[in-house]
Amino acid sequence: MELIRILLRSSRFVTGFGIIASVLAFALLGPTLLTDVGPFQRVGGLFDPPSSDALLGTDNFGRDVFTQLMYGTRTSLFIGLVAGFVATAIGVAIGTLAGYFSGVIEEALMGLTNVLITIPPIVVLILLSVAVDTRTATTMGVIIGVTAWPWTARAVRAQTSSLRTREHVDIARISGVGSLEMMLVEILPYMFSYIFMAFILQLTGGILAEATLSMLGLGPFQTVSLGTMLHWSLLWESVRVGAWWAFVPATIFLSISSFSLILMNAGMDEIFNPTLRHTR
Amino acid sequence: MVRVFRNRPYLLYLTRKAVWYLVAFVAAVALNFFLPRLIPGNPVSVIVGQMAAGGVDSATLERLYNAFIRDFGLDQPLHVQFWIYLTGVLQGDLGTSFMLYPSKVWDVIRQALPWTIALQVPAILVGWIVGNVLGALAAYKGGGFDRVAFTGSLVLSSIPYFCLAIIFVYLFAVRWPLFPAAGGYSFGYFPEWSWSFFVDALYHYVMPFLSLVLVAIGGQAIGMREMAIYELNTDYVNYAKKLGISDRRVVRYVFRNAVLPQITGLAISFGTLIGGALVTEAVFSYPGLGSLLFSAIRQVDYPMIQGITLIITLTVLLANFLVDIAYGFIDPRIRAGQVGER
Repeated sequence: MELIRILLRSSRFVTGFGIIASVLAFALLGPTLLTDVGPFQRVGGLFDPPSSDALLGTDNFGRDVFTQLMYGTRTSLFIGLVAGFVATAIGVAIGTLAGYFSGVIEEALMGLTNVLITIPPIVVLILLSVAVDTRTATTMGVIIGVTAWPWTARAVRAQTSSLRTREHVDIARISGVGSLEMMLVEILPYMFSYIFMAFILQLTGGILAEATLSMLGLGPFQTVSLGTMLHWSLLWESVRVGAWWAFVPATIFLSISSFSLILMNAGMDEIFNPTLRHTR
Repeated sequence: MVRVFRNRPYLLYLTRKAVWYLVAFVAAVALNFFLPRLIPGNPVSVIVGQMAAGGVDSATLERLYNAFIRDFGLDQPLHVQFWIYLTGVLQGDLGTSFMLYPSKVWDVIRQALPWTIALQVPAILVGWIVGNVLGALAAYKGGGFDRVAFTGSLVLSSIPYFCLAIIFVYLFAVRWPLFPAAGGYSFGYFPEWSWSFFVDALYHYVMPFLSLVLVAIGGQAIGMREMAIYELNTDYVNYAKKLGISDRRVVRYVFRNAVLPQITGLAISFGTLIGGALVTEAVFSYPGLGSLLFSAIRQVDYPMIQGITLIITLTVLLANFLVDIAYGFIDPRIRAGQVGER
């Protein structure tokens, strides 16, 4: 509760949260409240301009763009969330283990992390996506998360190794607390705000990674996402024929989702990192 | 071994880095080999099956099938396959393309690679320089300038590259036709070293370049601003100010200290930005690796996809290594042998 009150003091956090909450509400409630056609239902011809029947016109298959936008946003946020959870979970686990145990375990885990960091994530993403022959939204989220964790691991390790030298950890060690309990009780809770910020960044990265992969043609099968909407509109040359309604909505939704999340992150950074505040 | 490095901290640093990159290189080649083999069953029959569904005639399929089985050495055990692949890669042989049969993958990539490098390296470097200056200025000036620069950078850095690219094409090539909408040069031209071709290519370069640079500026400015604010609050800055040292000189000290982590950031940019930049190329139908990858994925050209991912990895590793070499020169602590790893 206390934490929420502190967060509400940052206008950046509140603005970012407000925007992403509205986007989420649109994606979750839109299909029942705002439309009565399905995402794959044909309601018109090729690139029909916006009208009272189809608020944002139709896409290359004659489907309603407004409806596609709701389902697409839903899929994109879902993939981002799965990717964010997977990446944060792996990153925190590896980072905490590496930071808590010095020596061989740390060397091995950080060696792995550093090698994976040097390989561009998009390369592994492409290779994995091509290898998986049935890509659902969930598998895409997992694939993205599995390639994105090294950054979180590195940051969490740094935090853990500084927390390890704190007095309360020493006291717990003297009292004979085991390693697992130590990490879960004496270390992790102290990094909570930090982990939450890392999660927000991973979520943003996951949404953008989905869009990148889908635009390259490696998107989820039989599902609409913001990325697949852009993929089809690119393939059917909607930009060059001037059918703005086919690509502008998805472009804007991707941009504001990532903007609002980054804004939330900047707000939290200001609160949790007092050194970043301007003193002058 | 140890004696060689005594009193030569830079050499030690360089050797350590070189070993790391070698390990990363081997890991990348191994990933490139093994990940595609996760496809259940024989990858060639899966791919040829997909092509058959695409309406390729059976004689061509038969020929392709045999050529690929031979190329991959699929009748051999896995470790032999890996050996065949490795020796092939080291000799610059990345196999034969499906979609452009019988062109060799490497020959096709060789045509596209210069375009990608010419577009992305300057974009990242210019974005990095402008972003850092902007970030440092925002931190130093504070107030209204900071608020505008910071918010602007946040907005720019959160727009995905390809989204900005799409908007640019629509606004400045379709709505108001100021720049060409697609390609790296005009139809009828052929890549050659001539003045008129250069001008034409430059004209096609403007929009893809700007769409990449603007986003890069935003990201770098945010990072630099944070570092500079942190430095501005340190004791040495307060002390220098109390001593009455001119603002100009203090800013120079701050910039020098804050820019060090940003050099690491430059190395990171090469790896993380390449994904978005590839899609940007596809949006502009720029004749680089991104557009090639786009068509290779659409036509399930497996050897081509694998070749492109390998070349991208190698290029990024090389770029990172160059940045690390420069970093060793710039950071006095490495010359003094105080830190080996960062």
